[in-house]
Amino acid sequence: MDLTLEIWRQENPKAKGKFETYKVQNISPDCSFLEMLDILNESLIDKVQLPINFDHDCREGICGMCSLYINGRPHGPDNEVTTCQLHMRKFKDGDTITIEPWRSKAFPIIKDLMINRNAFDQIIQAGGYISVTTGGVPDANSIPINRNDAELAMDASACIGCGACVSACKNASAMLFVAAKVSQFALLPQGKIEAKDRVKAMVAKMDELGFGNCSNTFACEAECPKKISVSNIARMNREFLCANIS
Amino acid sequence: MQKSDCMKSILNYSSLSKKYIMALAGVFLMSFLVIHLAINLCLLRDDGGEWFNAAAHFMGTNYIIKFFEIFLFAGIIIHVLIGVVLQVKNWMSRPVAYKSGNKSTTSFFSKYMIYTGAVVFIFFIIHFMNFYFMKMGWVETTFKIRGEEPNFYLVAQALFSNTNYSILYIVLITILGFHLNHAFQSAFQSLGINHPTYTPFIKTFATFYSILIVVGFNIIPLFFLFFKA
Ligand code: HEM
Ligand code: FES
Repeated sequence: MDLTLEIWRQENPKAKGKFETYKVQNISPDCSFLEMLDILNESLIDKVQLPINFDHDCREGICGMCSLYINGRPHGPDNEVTTCQLHMRKFKDGDTITIEPWRSKAFPIIKDLMINRNAFDQIIQAGGYISVTTGGVPDANSIPINRNDAELAMDASACIGCGACVSACKNASAMLFVAAKVSQFALLPQGKIEAKDRVKAMVAKMDELGFGNCSNTFACEAECPKKISVSNIARMNREFLCANIS
Repeated sequence: MQKSDCMKSILNYSSLSKKYIMALAGVFLMSFLVIHLAINLCLLRDDGGEWFNAAAHFMGTNYIIKFFEIFLFAGIIIHVLIGVVLQVKNWMSRPVAYKSGNKSTTSFFSKYMIYTGAVVFIFFIIHFMNFYFMKMGWVETTFKIRGEEPNFYLVAQALFSNTNYSILYIVLITILGFHLNHAFQSAFQSLGINHPTYTPFIKTFATFYSILIVVGFNIIPLFFLFFKA
């Protein structure tokens, strides 16, 4: 496949970035999207030019490091995948592909397509944990847990914190991320103990960091590579309301 | 708490609290719309405005209604103010727009709430100038019942007999319907109600409600245009 790429280049957080056009040739349809960028970077290095910076780590859809806003959608045209799991067969020979970083006030650009998602860490630090002093390993069945709640908590905990929800949302809102983190604890007995303080602290942090509000547009759910449900957002709305009135 | 602290805490309400207040105000407005529609439909009765004027008289004089009128105005003001505050924060949250736009699958009307809301606001202004100001006696009219109260039936008839006014009214009400279609379901989600069984029903009902409002209110100008003019 021969492709034209329009890629956002920005030297540093303060620099004024711009789109640059690149051509890549002979790309295999079985190549992953990041491999295609690797090939482009190799060719740039050969020409003694600066390679394009982009985030990645596991390259198997589990770490949440890869990002990229590809042709109007976070993680590109496929559903329920991260960019590292996206294949070039989703594109056609001769296509022009526009590649942008996640755009959000809370996620400043470090370089090119690489963004700083430290805001998510700060939200987790505000309350996304359980403060227990662990003793010996308790018996697995000593705390009864409703099967349905266990499933829902498991689904919520599938969030890998990639930030696609923020990037897809017209308001750059982090509601789906925060809701998933609040839900995974709120549904389980161990997490219920600190549930009220947790939801208050995490929502306050989210607002403080400059993320937008939720308009219930649900682009987040549509673009989440782990299919986190917006019902988690409703759960967080409930949790927050209860935490503040009781 | 000091008074200034109190003010500050209201301004600093979390995004979620702002949405609860907005949703509650919106739900109140949505329920009022149904009552308003019921009254407007009296215009269709060929009774020289007897029912409609009786309803208007009741709404204008009953003390319980007058009490709720405070909530109605407060509701509109709060809904609009918070809506604008939220929207400004939302715009600021993405300082640089995407070149390739947004191609994610979303509910359509949800993306344009501030614009449909702004149109509804303009409609409110026109509407208040035509009716509410007259009720308060701030605007004079020649259509009077026994030379005292304004005869709102005749006022409405005069307005709807004007083709341009009727077309504008139909367009504005339809845009209100776009706002309501998302608003109805959104309010439930904002208040924390999302259920595998009930949410699909709520969404269907939202469509039904918005169609009811659009068709219900728009029958009246169509009736005056085609059967009375
Ligand atoms: C009859 C009039 C109106 C009714 C019944 C109504 C109802 C609603 C409801 C129920 C919501 C959903 C709230 C939520 O998601 O929690 C909503 C959202 C909204 N309304 Fe209205 N509304 C009306 C007029 C207006 C006006 C005049 C504006 C003017 C600016 C406005 C602006 C908005 C905005 C911006 C939203 C979206 C807020 C967000 O999700 O971020 N609305 N409306
Ligand atoms: S690189 Fe780990 S999820 Fe894509």
